[in-house]
Amino acid sequence: MAGGAASGGSAASDTYAKARHWLLMPSWMVLGFFVLMPVCLMVIYSFLTKEFRGGVIWEPTLAAYDQFFFDRGLFGDSDPTLQWTYLSIFWRSIWQAGLATILSLLIGFPTAYYIATRPASTRALWVFLITIPYWVNLLIRTVSMKFLLRDEGPMNDFLINIGLIGEPLQIINTNLAVQLGLFYSYLPFMVLPIYASVERYNFTMSEAAADLYATKFTTLRRIVLPAVKPGVIAGCILVFVPSLGAFLAPDLLGGAKNFMIGSLIEEQFKGNAGNWPFGAAASMVLLSMVIVILLIFAGQQRRAGAEQ
Amino acid sequence: MTIICLFILYAPLVVVTIYSFNASESITTWGGMSLRWYVDIFVGPESAKFQQAAINSFSIAIIAATVATAIATAAATAIVRGGKYRLRGPSLGLISLPIMVPEIVLAVATLIFFNSIGFTRGYMTILTAHTAFCIPFAYLPIQARMQGIEDTYEHAAMDLYATKTQAFRRILFPLMMPGIISGFLLAFIVSLDDFIITNFVKGAGIETLPTAIFGSVKQGLKPNIMAISTLLLGLSVVMVTISYFVSKSDNTK
Repeated sequence: MAGGAASGGSAASDTYAKARHWLLMPSWMVLGFFVLMPVCLMVIYSFLTKEFRGGVIWEPTLAAYDQFFFDRGLFGDSDPTLQWTYLSIFWRSIWQAGLATILSLLIGFPTAYYIATRPASTRALWVFLITIPYWVNLLIRTVSMKFLLRDEGPMNDFLINIGLIGEPLQIINTNLAVQLGLFYSYLPFMVLPIYASVERYNFTMSEAAADLYATKFTTLRRIVLPAVKPGVIAGCILVFVPSLGAFLAPDLLGGAKNFMIGSLIEEQFKGNAGNWPFGAAASMVLLSMVIVILLIFAGQQRRAGAEQ
Repeated sequence: MTIICLFILYAPLVVVTIYSFNASESITTWGGMSLRWYVDIFVGPESAKFQQAAINSFSIAIIAATVATAIATAAATAIVRGGKYRLRGPSLGLISLPIMVPEIVLAVATLIFFNSIGFTRGYMTILTAHTAFCIPFAYLPIQARMQGIEDTYEHAAMDLYATKTQAFRRILFPLMMPGIISGFLLAFIVSLDDFIITNFVKGAGIETLPTAIFGSVKQGLKPNIMAISTLLLGLSVVMVTISYFVSKSDNTK
């Protein structure tokens, strides 16, 4: 999803130059009022004092961030030490999202490569088949995954019936279930950008490499991979970023023990914790992380563009 | 490998579809083919709840997608056909903001916003939030489409003394139609699909289909959920198929 609308394209015709500000006004108003302003307000909230059970007192403080990063002992008077309660939730989220990304890369890359090397007439159909699951409600897909992976679910039944395992595998409510759920949720995001970059790749380059006695593996590593790298990076970001802030997969598949950032934030607003400034601060940490990733990505894309 | 990939993508959906036709009371044992859970969601004990949720979901999705598509069409015209100007970059940035910011962060921000301006949470808060975050999804296909249309068509019309408004209405707009339809469908699906933001900004007592399904699943998987899921799944497949054929039809030739 990152950078999708970032380029306005080069076809800058100016037929409607006079009306442009009127045409842009509705989007500025709606997005400014209901997206930009709320995000700014959230930044402010993260520096406010919490009120019991939701809401805030308008007194500036760093308490929310302090609670996130430091431990001041039971009575709040000992020297601050770095504490791991929340940092470890963040760390686990990064870890889970990372594993899900690697998993989708392993499955997604060969798939994208295969589709891009089909004849042009069947390619559209393959892409269509990959796209359908993306259009299906994420909640429904996650529920389907839960149904499939249950202890007494169809997958365990099947494995027991063919005699591969004697006892049902306990997958649900483990880290593995969360990774599988994230992987399953965002796999199409991995396939599509890689497909787009492999499709643009000029396969005569591979033939040239083969003519110069490169093995298939060397060709892949030295010629194909560098050429399709932007697509791979885009795919990884499109899987990693939404996985990082995911709520449904950890909540429905992971159970209470496998908390991720999304669940931590949700707990502050909808759950029992009810600490809005802390939730806003945790959202800020997540948002900053995503911004850093996107900036690195934008820099890389620019460099890749300059090289060509 | 592609087969494995497609298998992984479809297996859970197919399994749920099959089990939605299960006659048995339990979700584990197979009791033969039956439509009883489909009957159940329309006339069963929970049917009133799900019907209200469906009405909310669909009316919000239709209104939000329509408004978002109109706003996005205007914005795309200004950005693709508005020449070069300073506000162009920031406008694009603002439009893509809802897809750059993680959904949960947007949900938190929106909740805080509505709360601090003293808006009572309910149908209207869901509708406004949906309209806002649907704009980029409607915008992307429309922009892509408009970039593919040469401006020679409008110029030809204006050479023949059409006004700019006429050139837009009679030439550019019809040519953009496939992009607009794709944009609308994508926005519609995204709104219908949304759980996280809706869950944050909805008030007590109002449900959309995803929040109703989520609430139900939290109490345990039940066969009627499989039936609703299968219906929604079918709807998504129909819509993506329409979108596929619309975007394939090229009316510029």
